[in-house]
Amino acid sequence: MTTAILPVYSKKDFQTDQEIRWCPGCGDYAILSAVQMVFAELGIKRENFVMISGIGCSSRFPYYMNAYGFHTIHGRAPAIATGVKIARPDLDVWVATGDGDSLSIGGNHTIHMLRRNVGIKVLMFNNKIYGLTKGQYSPTSEIGKKTKSTPFGTTDRPFNPISLAIGSEATFVARSVDVFQGHLKDTLKKAAAHKGSAYIEILQNCNIFNDGAWTDITEKEARSEHVVHLEHGKPLIFGKNRDKGIRLTGLDLDVVTLGNGITEADLLVHDEHHPRPAYAFLLAHMEHRPGFPTPIGVLRAWGDVPRYEDVINSQIQDVIAKKGKGDLAKLLRTGDTWEVRA
Amino acid sequence: MATILELPNRKREVIDRAVIRFCGDSGDGMQITGSQFTNTAAMFGNDLSTFPDFPAEIRAPAGTLPGVSGFQVQFSSTDVFTPGDSVDALIAMNPAALKMNVADLKTNGILIVNAESFKETDLRKAQSTSNPLEDHSLDAYRLFAVDLERLTRAALASLGLDAKSMDRCKNFFALGMCYWLYNRPLDATNRWLQDKFKNKPTLIEANRLAMLAGYSYCEATEAFQISYDIPPAKLAPGMYRNISGNTALALGFVAASQQAGIPLFLGSYPITPASDILHELSMYKDFGVITFQAEDEIAAITSAIGAAYAGCIGLTTTSGPGMALKTEALGLAVMTEMPLVICDIQRGGPSTGLPTKTEQADLLQALYGRNSEAPIPVIAPSTPGDCFWVALEATRIAIKHMIPVIILSDGYLANGAEPWRIPEVADLPEIRVHFETNPEGFQPYKRNPETLGRPWAIPGTPGLEHRIGGIEKQEGTGNVNYEPLNHENMVRMRAAKVERVADDIPPAIPVGDPDGDLLIVAWGSTYGPITAALKTQRAAGHRIGHVHLRHLNPLPKNLGEVMGRFKKVLVPEMNMGQLSMVLRAKYLVDAEGYNKIQGRPFKQSEIEEKIQELVG
Repeated sequence: MTTAILPVYSKKDFQTDQEIRWCPGCGDYAILSAVQMVFAELGIKRENFVMISGIGCSSRFPYYMNAYGFHTIHGRAPAIATGVKIARPDLDVWVATGDGDSLSIGGNHTIHMLRRNVGIKVLMFNNKIYGLTKGQYSPTSEIGKKTKSTPFGTTDRPFNPISLAIGSEATFVARSVDVFQGHLKDTLKKAAAHKGSAYIEILQNCNIFNDGAWTDITEKEARSEHVVHLEHGKPLIFGKNRDKGIRLTGLDLDVVTLGNGITEADLLVHDEHHPRPAYAFLLAHMEHRPGFPTPIGVLRAWGDVPRYEDVINSQIQDVIAKKGKGDLAKLLRTGDTWEVRA
Repeated sequence: MATILELPNRKREVIDRAVIRFCGDSGDGMQITGSQFTNTAAMFGNDLSTFPDFPAEIRAPAGTLPGVSGFQVQFSSTDVFTPGDSVDALIAMNPAALKMNVADLKTNGILIVNAESFKETDLRKAQSTSNPLEDHSLDAYRLFAVDLERLTRAALASLGLDAKSMDRCKNFFALGMCYWLYNRPLDATNRWLQDKFKNKPTLIEANRLAMLAGYSYCEATEAFQISYDIPPAKLAPGMYRNISGNTALALGFVAASQQAGIPLFLGSYPITPASDILHELSMYKDFGVITFQAEDEIAAITSAIGAAYAGCIGLTTTSGPGMALKTEALGLAVMTEMPLVICDIQRGGPSTGLPTKTEQADLLQALYGRNSEAPIPVIAPSTPGDCFWVALEATRIAIKHMIPVIILSDGYLANGAEPWRIPEVADLPEIRVHFETNPEGFQPYKRNPETLGRPWAIPGTPGLEHRIGGIEKQEGTGNVNYEPLNHENMVRMRAAKVERVADDIPPAIPVGDPDGDLLIVAWGSTYGPITAALKTQRAAGHRIGHVHLRHLNPLPKNLGEVMGRFKKVLVPEMNMGQLSMVLRAKYLVDAEGYNKIQGRPFKQSEIEEKIQELVG
């Protein structure tokens, strides 16, 4: 018998024979392609991948991934995935979800999965709309947005998914974009390598119900002014001419133009391993502020937290080491017993 | 038949059974006092049945009516099926407890009260306008008004405790009195104290002394002119322990995990009266039991579904309101045909209802409470000890048939206790697990022709990668399929799969008469009072049978035929008539309901009267 060698996979090995039923032009296709490519490169056996989803367009994802897949119920994917991961820590468990599934009906499971640091990678497709139910506003829709259920504009303040994840003390939080294939693949690989929960917001275009929601970020012309790429150890620079930067002033950030005495040395240098979640939170909040760019990349990668499933299972092993393996006959006779003789 | 032994100073009477109830404030330790008395009676060899009855509030204002907590036990030298309709000895720690409980005390019954707690303020809190110790309202009873606090403090004087700590031991003074009254040894409780307060020697000593003082007080003061002996019962030979329904369920699932050879995963969210199963199972890590206290009821069941998907015994435990929250996930378990066990420890409802009181009103919810056609096997334990066997049975069915199974217990079974003959591990049922590993011709919805179950193909198995989910499946491939005829086929398939379980369960065999005037059909915790009533009514010459259904879905195949052998069918239930509705609909039988919805179990006498009304 030869030693177990990992099969060499290609993207094709992760494709299924199922007809894909997303609308033509949907951003989900690009995400699917990136995930299939990345899975093929991770050095993990195909049978050890489990893709779990809730409800919504994004949640059809498992049907198109040739791995173990479980399309569950609305919002509950993190809880089901938690059960799988506790039962089988050796499996590579991924969740495909959307802004409604993860932040509205499944908000509770999302925050609890993150605070526990269960080793699950969450791909949250954010298109700022309810697509599968045909166009109602979502918890990430911008205030005032006119949708089918808000003909006069939404009155809800939206969630920033990144802020929510950081607020839950998620140990890995990142943002990428459906059409930035290279960036998306890199981000997925970083998430895959992270020990613990990873929450990846993927800005995704719904070309039917919310087309162009992210054009500020995706349009070639506009994006250099509206996006700042976070790279660990590098200063936060953006702008068409790479002449703008982010500076830390006290407990706040400001946008500065390089020159006139301001140099790269004055800029904030990104530290994805910063121990304080407040740092990543400050970055996340930039997108709400006029004149500030939206950060993409890894906002936080804090590796020093034990995975939930490991803690649970090592507690079991510790008890067994201390007490020995349970003896059922003995257990049934626990406490006061007495014998009735014939 | 009572025998009276004349002892030098006092009488000692041999009786065959007694019912004793401890009641007081929820902070008075009545549950501990009652369970200690129970344990001692059990160790002595009596058969027994208990009824703990406590408020939902942890500490309602002290001394008030809503704060009253009680614990009743019937112990006997013959078979016991209920905690008893009325009480022979009542221990009341304050006027509120007395007021709430005295009506259940038999005429000439023993009444021990804490005399010091009948001051004006105490009476006011109990909304009493006059002092029952003085107004002759208790003349029908043998009243013993004892200064429990003063006497306890005197007994503990040497320990240097503060007054409050000493007063906390007064329940053990009362317990000591009861031990004297029923001639019971103190050693089982002393052992319990040693264990309970391992690192608090003062508390061991304080409670030991208080109990001893109560015992000696009776001995020395000749307060009681009589004491009682209740000889051991003739139980089937074997090793026994005392067990409550929730403990029995927990042990049953540990046993199921051992028999199946796969880990048990419990996903649960705390809820009365089910939480004790979570507490209990969280202790058994040495058996590889995984307990996950989820963020809510939905995560509790869905994490269990995830664990079952990954190859564990998936278990979730809850009560009615939690059951309602789990509904959608139950549908997913039906659709994905996942082996899963759901325990609903029923309580009074709807909504929050009566959290600490018992009811059987979740039957229709368990049978039908899901969107669309989503049948699930339902089984119900009938006594606390039976919960152990039902846990094994539910797990066996879930795994063999690849199906979720609901267990319907209730608050009365959950907290009530009885002596339980401990089984030999070798006698436990086999639970065979087969994880599919063969990729040859594998299909996720290819069915076992006998059970119609699908393969259990867990993630991590090479070559079996497949997708499942809540969208309608195509038979065989499990692919998404919206075709009209496939849907009808799958709906019928899921129903047929549940019906197949009927091939795997015993037929209904009536206890008592095999045919005759009246058949009682019932389920769950009504077993005790019905069994007791059946005995007396058959002895009175009526031809009565009793079928106690363990399997509520599917029902035993011969149930219709059995009901046909009797002139009348009576269905006593702690609900508005849910089983009787099912029986009427399914068998066109004129089943008559007898319904009690008071948060309390049936009394034996209530069933007896109903039987007499129907056959008398």
